[in-house]
Amino acid sequence: MKIGVLGLQGDFREHIETLNNCGVDTVLVKRASDLVNLNGLVIPGGESTTISKLAKTFELFDPVSKAIANGLPTYGSCAGMILVADSILDPASGQETFGGIDMQVRRNAFGRQSESFEADIDFKAISGGPIRGVFIRAPWVERYEEGVEILASVEVSGQIHPVAVRQAKVLATAFHPELTGDKRVHQYFLENLCRK
Amino acid sequence: MSKSNETQVGSARVKRGMAEMLKGGVIMDVVNVEQAKIAEDAGAVAVMALERVPADIRAQGGVSRMSDPDMIEKIQAAVSIPVMAKVRIGHFVEAQILQTLNVDYIDESEVLTPADYEHHIDKWNFTIPFVCGATNLGEALRRISEGAAMIRSKGEAGTGDVSNATTHMRKIGGEIRRLSSLREEELYVAAKELQAPYALVKEVAETGKLPVVLFTAGGIATPADAAMMMQLGADGVFIGSGIFKSGDAAKRAAACVKATTFYSDSKVVAEASRGLGEAMVGINVADIPVPHRLAERGW
Repeated sequence: MKIGVLGLQGDFREHIETLNNCGVDTVLVKRASDLVNLNGLVIPGGESTTISKLAKTFELFDPVSKAIANGLPTYGSCAGMILVADSILDPASGQETFGGIDMQVRRNAFGRQSESFEADIDFKAISGGPIRGVFIRAPWVERYEEGVEILASVEVSGQIHPVAVRQAKVLATAFHPELTGDKRVHQYFLENLCRK
Repeated sequence: MSKSNETQVGSARVKRGMAEMLKGGVIMDVVNVEQAKIAEDAGAVAVMALERVPADIRAQGGVSRMSDPDMIEKIQAAVSIPVMAKVRIGHFVEAQILQTLNVDYIDESEVLTPADYEHHIDKWNFTIPFVCGATNLGEALRRISEGAAMIRSKGEAGTGDVSNATTHMRKIGGEIRRLSSLREEELYVAAKELQAPYALVKEVAETGKLPVVLFTAGGIATPADAAMMMQLGADGVFIGSGIFKSGDAAKRAAACVKATTFYSDSKVVAEASRGLGEAMVGINVADIPVPHRLAERGW
């Protein structure tokens, strides 16, 4: 099993470490030629505007988009969630996404860094107690269409906002399991999206 | 904002994690909205909002302080990437002000005139994370023990001369490698020599790296400078005067971002180095009298 980790910017090393702890091989994806023979792809946390700009500059944008559309199992955390959303509520000028999940996300939904937080999150389909969610200038899912499965949510001022979702072979979390040493979300991705 | 889940803001993990998201990126000094937008369009991961870039602070002299909150808020409104701002070393009230503005990171910076020649800010008291400069491992660990969630090597700001950034990156890296080679009982004396807390020294010896992200700063002016710092082990790059004191700022900004991402691919760095126009003129650090060197500030 070989999982690619998009390595343009962000915390890709933490994803690689977590995946290696799950016992799979990883390859850093910086070029379209790195996308061959992958069983899955992880899009890390980082700055979504920077990652999408670099992907365009280095001709990686369309190949990644197509690979996801063609069924490459993909997991995005935080900036990665934004990049696998079909649309962004408040995009930066010219900001586009790879797409993959039929949803719209709100960037920096919880606020600036002073509102960044960690909390225990009940993650449907993952056993062994709650996941410690680390939310850093995190997005949330604003709207979603039929076929998108909600795996975890956070309630803010009486409103429920999905923060972990799945549609077919694409998984996204607004938080960063790669920062906690807990590998259950990555295992879920490997077992339920990549192996099946 | 009320959340039903029991939440924790301002934890070390949340503060340090913010810096993890900036890795592999370029943080650019900007003095107005126009520059902030150029930086964002070029692919900067964050901007540092300040009234004068270090080269101008150096040229104009005088006491240099925190920027006007109005100016910082205009930049926050103009871009969606994180906005950082600087406070004077030890000036905890300037930091309290920046916290009310909700900046994303506070830089307790030697580029501004120090407010306290003995104590740095107790950074654990803040929800907003801090980045601090360091010239060596001991200084980095002292800042981390005070609560810094990110370290940048100091270099010599406002010069366009990368030599001090090189010295500081090599020094920090070399001291970490030396710690990793010591026997456990030798770490007590190492902590004494580094003038740093034993627990942090032991952690660095065991992990072989700082417990927080390490960026580089001070004198980076070209894509090649940025790529060199990355090859020397930096997690990312601050570029201050180097971009907006050059001929074609937008082009140079984008070129530095590319070279930082593909720092080990010399073809990309070569391509990024083409046709950038005038680089900032620069000053040799050796020509600056020691009392005017900013890297000496901090204790």
